[in-house]
Amino acid sequence: MNTARRGIRTEPLIFHTLNYLFMAFIVVVTLYPFLNTLAVSFNSGLDTTRGGIYLWPRIWTLKNYDAVFVTGHVFHAFGVSVARTVVGTVAGVLLTAMVAYTISRKEFMFRKPITLIFVLTMYFSAGLIPSYFLIKDLNLLNTFLVYILFPGAGAGLISAFNMLVVRTYIHSLPESLIESAKIDGAGDFRVFVSVVLPLCTPVLATIALFVAVGQWNTWFDTFIFASSRQNLSTLQYELIKLLSSATNSNSNPNISSSQAKDAASMITPLSIRAAITMVASIPILFVYPFLQRHFVAGLQLGSVKE
Amino acid sequence: MQSSVQTKDVSPQPVRRTDSFWIRMVRQRQLILMSFPMVIYVLIFAYVPIWGWLMAFQQYRPGFSILNQKWVGWYQFRFLFEDENFVRVLRNTVAMSLISLVLSFVTAIGLAILLNEIKKTGIKRLIQTISYMPHFLSWVIVTGLVSTALSTEDGIVNVVLMKLHLINEPILWLGEGKYFWGIVGASNVWKEVGWNTIIYLAAIASVDPSLYEAAEIDGAGRYRKIRNVTLPGIKPVIVILLILNIGWMLNGGGFEIQYFLGNGQVVDWSETIDIFVLKYGLKIGNYSLGVAAGIFKTAVSIVLLYAANTIAKRLGEERLI
Repeated sequence: MNTARRGIRTEPLIFHTLNYLFMAFIVVVTLYPFLNTLAVSFNSGLDTTRGGIYLWPRIWTLKNYDAVFVTGHVFHAFGVSVARTVVGTVAGVLLTAMVAYTISRKEFMFRKPITLIFVLTMYFSAGLIPSYFLIKDLNLLNTFLVYILFPGAGAGLISAFNMLVVRTYIHSLPESLIESAKIDGAGDFRVFVSVVLPLCTPVLATIALFVAVGQWNTWFDTFIFASSRQNLSTLQYELIKLLSSATNSNSNPNISSSQAKDAASMITPLSIRAAITMVASIPILFVYPFLQRHFVAGLQLGSVKE
Repeated sequence: MQSSVQTKDVSPQPVRRTDSFWIRMVRQRQLILMSFPMVIYVLIFAYVPIWGWLMAFQQYRPGFSILNQKWVGWYQFRFLFEDENFVRVLRNTVAMSLISLVLSFVTAIGLAILLNEIKKTGIKRLIQTISYMPHFLSWVIVTGLVSTALSTEDGIVNVVLMKLHLINEPILWLGEGKYFWGIVGASNVWKEVGWNTIIYLAAIASVDPSLYEAAEIDGAGRYRKIRNVTLPGIKPVIVILLILNIGWMLNGGGFEIQYFLGNGQVVDWSETIDIFVLKYGLKIGNYSLGVAAGIFKTAVSIVLLYAANTIAKRLGEERLI
């Protein structure tokens, strides 16, 4: 009996061993590039050009981070990134939830046309050039407001996908709560603020994460609409400026080593880039694991068909 | 007074239905006030710019009103398709989309099935958390990591391949066109594979457990169960996601990867429609041609989405619209 059972179990054993090995491979491939950059960001820039930095710095230094923040550019850009993320997320989440509430009300006379107007935007866009002219005509070029209003990649005040996620969630709330608040004389706005909004916290956390990631990570609106004003530059945009110089030197070893030798200091574009990469990615990487349960559930809600 | 209350109590529904449009509007004024500002916002920012599509049928000169331009009919579109450059851009876009689409689907479904076989929840959760990580990084950062990993000096890909004696000298991965499409596909997989498993894992979890038990009684092993129970069970989800992704076919597997990883040496392989629009529209200043290319992209996307949806309907599958 015992041996027979063991005989059956060899196949699962081989499978599980291979499976765990494969998962280990996935974990290494996912983490390595990031950890390597982390090591480079703490390693002396000149030393990095000699090669051989993998997971651990050889000559520890904080000079790269110093160099990043000493110029003031990046520090300011960090502030702009934080500002647009906070303003964009708070405004976006509240307004998305508010419209989601109105289209969740079955009795609302404009429910269908409003839903349609938003859903259609998921499948087409007017395109870059017409949008540019619109922003120009609205006098939003080189303003902070364009970061909040322009409905670009993942940003914008309201996204149809997020709105549908919230609406589906509101549908799952017990209708009796809303009804009883209305019987007590609350209007729709009151019901939304004091009944629906508090109950929606999990789904709001999910879309807040989506919007915040979009706001934090986007660079395109800076590039197209606000590139001529340095004080509107964001962290991602500063990174692009460095990246374009560093990538070019990457493909040509001669340039990078001569640049490194030219620099009397120990800082190279490569090491500064590594430091900015860390500054730009660590805030979000600290947040998402805590919201994992919520966004997994939220993503499943979004895939539910009406 | 009393009689009016009574009629309301007896049949509230018909009374409401006969209310005029205006009375209902007054009654729902709060809902209207809550939604209309955002409707106006989306009309301005998403719909009003469609007006600019007229530019595709003009020879647009800056400085004049859009109504005060020379009309050229389909000239811009004809020009596009006679332009060798655009045909190559179209080829790149479709190729990179297809490669990214196929790679993303296969890897995400595969990883979801393998993750599902891990029974220790703690380890499974840890692997999932790590696999979601790249999704939260911007493309700026990811392409930076990719170009570091592929670099000829110390890039980990070259280092590993050399250690394994698969190559004798470092390969200039980003300097040769023939590698570019594959790199775009692989970058997409690296960034999104973990994230894409979320929906598949949910679908797998919702497969009826009694089907697995029945298959076990019939003597099915692990692989038979995956092939005959799991995959058919998640087929509706796969079909829906396929339809969605086919609608985005002319995105070329993303715009930012090509924009950041592309360089002078691989330009014949890396330029996509979006980059073409950017180049003609904002850099060269030929707005009309850029808009025409953008319209072409939108039109094809909608046709593809509709076609995929219709085919799915014919096959009796779930559908999107």
